[in-house]
Amino acid sequence: MSDEANKGLLSPLRRKLLMGMAAVPAITMLPRGAFAQAPATSAVNTTGLAVTDTEVTVGILHSATGTMAISETGSIQAEKLAIEQINAAGGVLGRKIKFIQEDGASDWPTFAEKAKKLLVNDKVAAIMGCWTSASRKAVLPVVEQYNGMLYYPTFYEGLEQSKNVIYTGQEATQQILAGLNWIAKEKSAKSFFFIGSDYIWPRTSNKIARKHVENVLKGKVVGEEYYPLGNTQFNSVINKIKLTKPDVIFTDVVGGSNVAFYKQLKAAGIDLSKQALLTISVTEDEIDGIGGENIAGAYACMKYFQSLDNANNKAFVSAFKKMWGEKTVIGDVTQAAYLGPWLWKLTVEKAGSFDVDKIAAASPGVEFKGAPEGYVRIHENHHLWSKTRVGRAKLDGQFELIYETADLVEPDPFPKGYQ
Amino acid sequence: MFGDYSLGDLGSIFVMQGFAGLILFSVYVLMALGLAIIFGQMGVINMAHGEFMILGAYVTWMTSNLFQAYLPSLFAGYFFLAMILAFLASGALGMLVEWALIRHLYKRPLDTLLATWGLSLMLQQAYRSVFGAREVGVELPQWMLGSLHVTDSIEVPINGVFVMCLTLLITISVAYVLYMSRWGRQVRAVVQNRIMAGAVGINTEKVDRLTFGLGCGIAGVAGSAFTMIGSTGPTSGQLYIVDTFLVVVFGGAASLLGTIASAFSISQTQSTLEFFMSGSMAKVLTLLAVVGILMLRPQGLFALKVRK
Repeated sequence: MSDEANKGLLSPLRRKLLMGMAAVPAITMLPRGAFAQAPATSAVNTTGLAVTDTEVTVGILHSATGTMAISETGSIQAEKLAIEQINAAGGVLGRKIKFIQEDGASDWPTFAEKAKKLLVNDKVAAIMGCWTSASRKAVLPVVEQYNGMLYYPTFYEGLEQSKNVIYTGQEATQQILAGLNWIAKEKSAKSFFFIGSDYIWPRTSNKIARKHVENVLKGKVVGEEYYPLGNTQFNSVINKIKLTKPDVIFTDVVGGSNVAFYKQLKAAGIDLSKQALLTISVTEDEIDGIGGENIAGAYACMKYFQSLDNANNKAFVSAFKKMWGEKTVIGDVTQAAYLGPWLWKLTVEKAGSFDVDKIAAASPGVEFKGAPEGYVRIHENHHLWSKTRVGRAKLDGQFELIYETADLVEPDPFPKGYQ
Repeated sequence: MFGDYSLGDLGSIFVMQGFAGLILFSVYVLMALGLAIIFGQMGVINMAHGEFMILGAYVTWMTSNLFQAYLPSLFAGYFFLAMILAFLASGALGMLVEWALIRHLYKRPLDTLLATWGLSLMLQQAYRSVFGAREVGVELPQWMLGSLHVTDSIEVPINGVFVMCLTLLITISVAYVLYMSRWGRQVRAVVQNRIMAGAVGINTEKVDRLTFGLGCGIAGVAGSAFTMIGSTGPTSGQLYIVDTFLVVVFGGAASLLGTIASAFSISQTQSTLEFFMSGSMAKVLTLLAVVGILMLRPQGLFALKVRK
């Protein structure tokens, strides 16, 4: 390839193939073992991805600007940390991970456009990204069309499964059912009041929760309320809660509304140490804005809390703080985002290839023993087996682990009897 | 729907619901006052109103941190100082913006919409770069938390009462300044006829700058007060902007009384409906009612009679 004139005539793909073919005889001449960690590019990359002999490129696609930056910043930080750690440990198939970060800017068409750019122009081997369901729904057709691999970190409503997506967060049944079982038993709860933001995730989650309360727990839903995203006034619904006196308030209010809801709940004299409240939308990240004193005593149903007491998590928390500052907190989704690059690395090594089709096929059964939440494993449906945990919010903004399921909970994105 | 509840329960709920409506009313008036001055008196469509509010909220947050670090003994009273600082900071930024941007656009009111919208995006990103993308939690002194215990079932949120008092105070001050003071007369003169006002010796540029600064300053105070009930983040201002415009436009742009009447009718409709149906439906019905009335009275509830 030293001849400049020649270059123009060869397509990039052909050039790569030629380079790969040229490399094959070289390998055979080297002593065994020297390339044990780094198999030839032509062997591990047959589809023209951005893989060289020393580097592999992945994309990070989150909102660094706009409304969702509040939530997605933690995910970006976690993914960068994971990539740095993987590189420090020798990379993937002997190649360092290089990342290209794109900004979805909290705008769903932008997400789709940037995903296309990452896959078509940059030929990234995988994308770590998306946060809201809306952004994932926008990106999904793109990764399916161009056969990319997306690692999606957020707990979400389920009802989706794709060859091209690994869902590292919980789907709705994994997040909700065990938590409801626990609180029904622990508090002898019979009546529930649902309140959520008005979009697909809270509505689907509450639908599942309602079926579970009515059919399995034989309880009663005494109220189900939705408020527009960004709503800041909750006094009326708080009055309704006072009137119906539910055993449990079950909430999935998100974003800035969350802060308003808990501040007003406290101001209205509802004492969370007496009134049981179970939320599936508040992590350590949100408490930063809400203020520990406003939410102390509430129960949250997640798979991860920063306070989890295990060796993996301690190492993760201290590495995260070292990289991003002592004051940063780590919420459920941040941890799930951290799993993305690791699961991808493990899958690539299992498949012995960067090819998306091989990774998609090799994913089921991949285990990650170093996960901060404990052991996780990828299910045939590309979701994760993981535990459900209930934590109680403390004044300092951290959660105290109250309950966890004994076994990993099977992901069930299309739950029968709950639709 | 009330069959299951005792009369006493219902009574206290109606009292509390009444308070909820009044608190919502105060919140609406407080957030709309600044815009009513800027939009009503100057005809500038200030899309960055929410960002001026959030500047006030961030100033409050910084003051709270300073007091916690250096003057913990005076923490109980920091909020009053914070509100004054919020007024000054937002007012100063407002005057700067008027000088740099708005004054070139007085003859093109629709362009102010675009310019201030751009400004709001720039301010959001500035907040994000300076204070971080995450929301910050503003710590309040103990006495401002919780509720007044009236009877067993009636509890009045202290922060609600605080917002009500503050709104009353600011409304009276603004009314006094606009309708009683010499400066207020100048403002109204400039609004009615800029050229004539200039001809009789009023420094219209100065009046414009101060009016814009006052409107932004009041937005800052509102933002400061809302740290008690809402979130403080780079984009939190966006949560208020729609309601704010709704109140001002519905009330009739140039009338302070109209703003108050419109805040009252919207808040009462909304909080009553919210009690009988879900929050989203209540909002839809309220907006429908507003649209219907605006079709009948395009100039809003209270309109100044002016010769066109």
